[in-house]
Amino acid sequence: MMSLSPAGDAARNKLRKRQALLDRSFRTVCAICTWAGILILFVLIGKILYEGLPNLSWDFLSNFPSRKAEKAGLKAAIAGTAWVISLTALVSIPVGISAAIYLEEYGTKNKLSTFLETNISNLAGVPSIVYGILGLAILVRMFQLGVSVLAGALTLSLLILPIIIVSSREALRAVPPGLRQASYALGASKWYTVSRIVLPSALPGILTGVILSLSRAIGETAPLIIVGAASYIAYTPTGPMDQYTVLPMQIFEWAGRPQDDFRDLAASGIIVLLVALFTMNALAIWLRQHYSTRLRGK
Amino acid sequence: MSILDPDKEPAAAGPSNPIPPDPGPSRREGARRTTPKPRRGEKVIEWWMFFCAAISVLTTVGIVTVLLGNSLRFFDEVSVFEFLTGTRWAPLFEPRGFGVLPLIAGTAMIVVISGVIALPMGLAIGLYLSEYASPLQRKIIKPFMEILAGIPTIVYGYFALTFITPLLQKIYAPTEIFNGLSGGIVVGIMILPMVASLSEDALRAVPDTLRQGGYALGASSFHVSLTIVTPAALSGISSAFILALSRAIGETMAVTIAAGATPNLTANPFEGIQTMTAFIVQISKGDTPAGTVEYYTLFAVALLLFLITFAMNVVANRIQRRYREVYDS
Repeated sequence: MMSLSPAGDAARNKLRKRQALLDRSFRTVCAICTWAGILILFVLIGKILYEGLPNLSWDFLSNFPSRKAEKAGLKAAIAGTAWVISLTALVSIPVGISAAIYLEEYGTKNKLSTFLETNISNLAGVPSIVYGILGLAILVRMFQLGVSVLAGALTLSLLILPIIIVSSREALRAVPPGLRQASYALGASKWYTVSRIVLPSALPGILTGVILSLSRAIGETAPLIIVGAASYIAYTPTGPMDQYTVLPMQIFEWAGRPQDDFRDLAASGIIVLLVALFTMNALAIWLRQHYSTRLRGK
Repeated sequence: MSILDPDKEPAAAGPSNPIPPDPGPSRREGARRTTPKPRRGEKVIEWWMFFCAAISVLTTVGIVTVLLGNSLRFFDEVSVFEFLTGTRWAPLFEPRGFGVLPLIAGTAMIVVISGVIALPMGLAIGLYLSEYASPLQRKIIKPFMEILAGIPTIVYGYFALTFITPLLQKIYAPTEIFNGLSGGIVVGIMILPMVASLSEDALRAVPDTLRQGGYALGASSFHVSLTIVTPAALSGISSAFILALSRAIGETMAVTIAAGATPNLTANPFEGIQTMTAFIVQISKGDTPAGTVEYYTLFAVALLLFLITFAMNVVANRIQRRYREVYDS
């Protein structure tokens, strides 16, 4: 760069140095924030492992809750979570995928479907506790389902439906239009094309979304408190109309007690919950990577 | 990719509807004409799928009806004015008070504290990921952020109660066991990944030419990030901020565990408070008989909560849509 005077040169150098310093410090601040976020995650996991690991035993998994901390276990909660999540999956997966297919393959560019879309994206932002109140008024009281696994599962289904729909639509949209056109060119009908061509190629993406939404449902507590999940249940549900408790509910109950023994039990319960969650997430990530590379490769 | 004429959809319930009318001159219309005849039952399937999509509308209608209908019964007993301006919230004890302001103040405290933590920090993370981090660093950082986002709120509540609160008590002894600060901090941690990933998306959507223009004029990366890229992504970022704060308002378990259950019109973050959501949990856990005023408070508070978060989400979506129009074209 040409300079007019040595004095101007010096000033420019000074400015450049100051800017470089500003640059570096800003970058450092951003980096610190990022790594601080990750550090918090490690502290959180570390704290839970530290408090919760000592209690983790076979007895803890296979005992019913008890008033004595050393005898209390998670059996009812694990069974309840399994019941609720299976029923939720049974309801929300077919309904969610069907809705996504309609919006993506059938009803596009339609005023009605624009309205449905807006509605779904707004529903995704409704606090989960509001779904609990909906479940309480409609399912528990109006439809007389009472405090039951079914009422809880239907409430959770409504809660995760918007998430399943949005992620399934993304998966459907990612299917190359050429596949559809080829199918039509061969004379296949609309539904044949959707069910034999589009759906199979979108399936890995859809499943990833489904698993992630179910893992959200596993951790939900608030709506289930409202629809009446109990915190002290000494049996496992045998049918969809039975009373139940779930893992987060049991954790909530233990964490709320003043005794340290029970708080440590809460940490052990959290470990079980997180293991279930991480297993599901790992499955979703595996599906995504395994199948997306295969589709692209061929 | 609609093959069936979508506008005709509600009328075309019959099984045979081989050729949609109105074949226009465009190529796309021409393609429509070659669509084969739907096989038997296809319309039934289509109607079933439409019904599934319509469940979302039923859900919305259900929420609004349930909240409005039951709140009306509450407002039979308590005037709207008393509800919104009263400063004493004691629906369960005599003498009763039905002023919701203490609950709103509790929620506001959580929102402010979590916002002060999560918004700047999340934006910084978004900037780091979009402007500075190498592809390898992104590959490492993003999964951790996703894990942080996927942890159930009950876990955050436990963490606040057993880690953050004792820490606060060490720093400032008079801190109560249940306090707004601890709840606010943990909600801030909770919404952090959301702010970070949404702002990162917004920042990455800014065309590279803007950055290059800035650098070509001799700007430093600090100036490019903060005075060019961030303003260009402002609508996306503000929409992210609003969504995150709306989530903080609706957050339930963490604040119920950490912030307590004492309706408290205070600005002191070291005292116990109660948020709107925590109150709903408290009522649901107790055995309040259906049909009493206490029972209907549940719906009045939930209606307020729903209206606030709904308005925020609508605003955020609007802003988001406007920003898409600017950059995708």
